[in-house]
Amino acid sequence: YFLLCANYFFYGETVTDYFFTLVQREEPLRILSKYHRFISFALYLTGFCMFVLSLVKKHYRLQFYMFGWTHVTLLIVVTQSHLIIHNLFEGMIWFIVPISCVICNDIMAYMFGFFFGRTPLIKLSPKKTWEGFIGGFFATVLFGLLLSYVMSGYRCFTCPVEFNSDTNSFTVDCEPSELFQLQEYNIPLVLQSVVGWKTLRMFPFQIHSIALSTFASLIGPFGGFFASGFKRAFKIKDFANTIPGHGGIMDRFDCQYLMATFVNVYIASFIRGPNPSKLMQQFLTLRPEQQLHIFNTLKAHLVDKGILGSLEDA
Amino acid sequence: EVDLEERLGELDLGSDSDVTPPTDSTPEILKRALSGLSARWKNWWIRGILTLAMISLFFLIIYLGSFMLMLLVLSIQVKCYHEIISIGYRVYRSYELLWFRSLSWYFLLCVNYFFYGETVADYFATFVQRREQLQFLIRYHRFISFALYLTGFCVFVLSLVKKHYRLQFYMFAWTHVTLLITVTQSHLVIQNLFEGMIWFLVPISSVICNDIAAYIFGFFFGRTPLIKLSPKKTWEGFIGGFFSTVVFGFFFSYFLAQHQYFVCPVEYSSETNRFMTECEPSELFQMKKYSVPPLLQAVLGWETVNMYPFQMHSFALSTFASLIGPFGGFFASGFKRAFKIKDFADTIPGHGGIMDRFDCQYLMATFVHVYITSFIRGPNPSKLLKQLLILQPEQQLSMYKALESHLVEKGILQPSPKG
Repeated sequence: YFLLCANYFFYGETVTDYFFTLVQREEPLRILSKYHRFISFALYLTGFCMFVLSLVKKHYRLQFYMFGWTHVTLLIVVTQSHLIIHNLFEGMIWFIVPISCVICNDIMAYMFGFFFGRTPLIKLSPKKTWEGFIGGFFATVLFGLLLSYVMSGYRCFTCPVEFNSDTNSFTVDCEPSELFQLQEYNIPLVLQSVVGWKTLRMFPFQIHSIALSTFASLIGPFGGFFASGFKRAFKIKDFANTIPGHGGIMDRFDCQYLMATFVNVYIASFIRGPNPSKLMQQFLTLRPEQQLHIFNTLKAHLVDKGILGSLEDA
Repeated sequence: EVDLEERLGELDLGSDSDVTPPTDSTPEILKRALSGLSARWKNWWIRGILTLAMISLFFLIIYLGSFMLMLLVLSIQVKCYHEIISIGYRVYRSYELLWFRSLSWYFLLCVNYFFYGETVADYFATFVQRREQLQFLIRYHRFISFALYLTGFCVFVLSLVKKHYRLQFYMFAWTHVTLLITVTQSHLVIQNLFEGMIWFLVPISSVICNDIAAYIFGFFFGRTPLIKLSPKKTWEGFIGGFFSTVVFGFFFSYFLAQHQYFVCPVEYSSETNRFMTECEPSELFQMKKYSVPPLLQAVLGWETVNMYPFQMHSFALSTFASLIGPFGGFFASGFKRAFKIKDFADTIPGHGGIMDRFDCQYLMATFVHVYITSFIRGPNPSKLLKQLLILQPEQQLSMYKALESHLVEKGILQPSPKG
């Protein structure tokens, strides 16, 4: 029940913007979306009151532990998954590159460790070695660069996902942003003699991919150590037996744990500007005086920057 | 197969004596003044005096303004956090993990910085614009606070000690749940406060009024017990408290809605370098005529009544405070029983810790915030403007054209003369 409530809340916060046109047409959906905070909070409160009313005398501590356990698990699992969906809607490349980097780092660190591994990395996971860690880092950065180069050429990966109300399906069709347009970069003098080229043609996104793969190889493993410590603390070998030979689903995704949050924070801080259609929606709900004030300020700003003045003259 | 009940049961054994009861912290002066009375009356007097002291302090800080109130909320948050974390240490006997204490405070700082950047920084926008370093800290607050959090996370992983894995994970989870409870609530309270002091005062007073009224009704008329968790609560107190709180909320809102000081959103003025609450009161706070339903007309004898629309909202707030607010109190009682403690701390003589006073407020703050965002507040114009100015020039231009056509259509703007 709490899982449903949390999912409904997050769905209303993030994903409904993309389904905006679909939601506006159906009256019940519109109400569910507009008042999602209130409804999900009311549902959560019902569950909370039920918990309080169902407290049994001898097992208070146990019940509080389970309540706390539920909430921490929700925090970990549900927030991460909605951040991933948010990243995905930004463009499939923001979903595929981070996840592949983590997987590549896992595999590369294992292979480097297998062939060259000697110095143990951390007491928690005795199989990890420094050679695997460093080798995995360089391999992942290289892999990230190449994968980004391949994917940046295709619109279906680089365009933000939009819901088209005419065709009733998702479309990935757009003018690629400057992140995904080839640019000439000057190679630093030091590397020029090594590589032999003066300039290099790259997608700006590949520079960002370096940041993503660095995170995947340096900090991502800490998610794995955390999970290892957790398994030792509760004396379990694997999270479950879902995948033969690998353990549970959680065992495969423990390193992805922090990556999703990092990508989302990265996009929000450095890449994505505000969403114009969302701003338009908010604008339409303001009072007329406020709308006029914003319009005039925007006009003054555009004239100031010379963006508008040129149009008026023409 | 993991036998979870067995695993968790390990921690229940033999901890009764370890969670020691708090010592008496009543000031000497009070003890001497009340030395002549019997123990029961002494307790009454101590509680009464401290209640009056707290309420007076509250009024003083209201008078001093919103900034002081914000500081008050933050200091209460820190104290509640400290109390709950200390209980965790006592329960798990984790005194040997001394570094963990610093890690808890570190996480508190990170999360506060994150929330501060998310919500409060908008109100200080003019102050921040002038200082370069502050601008940087606010603009990239998500990234910086996440990086700081990650550092703490990695320190936690690296510091896992072999024999005490489970203890360390429990404390880590305890810290996070406490952060979730105290820090998010306090920032929601501050956001409500900036919406207008009335949104801060009315909910909090309703909860306090319900506490007091339920106690009084229970004292005089109480017979049917309400819930096993809190044997002192009665149905008579619960229902009596509900009606009194609704009436109180109604009249208190009427009184506050008349003053701009309480009604206006808080804004930071860069000229005077202070917070001001001056505005054209929104329609919520302008008197309106309401027709009294025919049923009540016969009883009251009036056909219409002059009320502020806000008083209708106060019904919702006081209803929540009296019906759902007590569940926060029951939750805290269950928590205290689960961990066999009498009070959260002994900060306030006769009352226990800060958390004891604020357990019912716990859910109220979230409810008020959700209520405001769902039904009252439109988007914040200055925040919208800020986002508009970040857009790409082509996007700004297309927004400008769309806005212009909308405003002309609505007749708010005269179409600009062509040619």
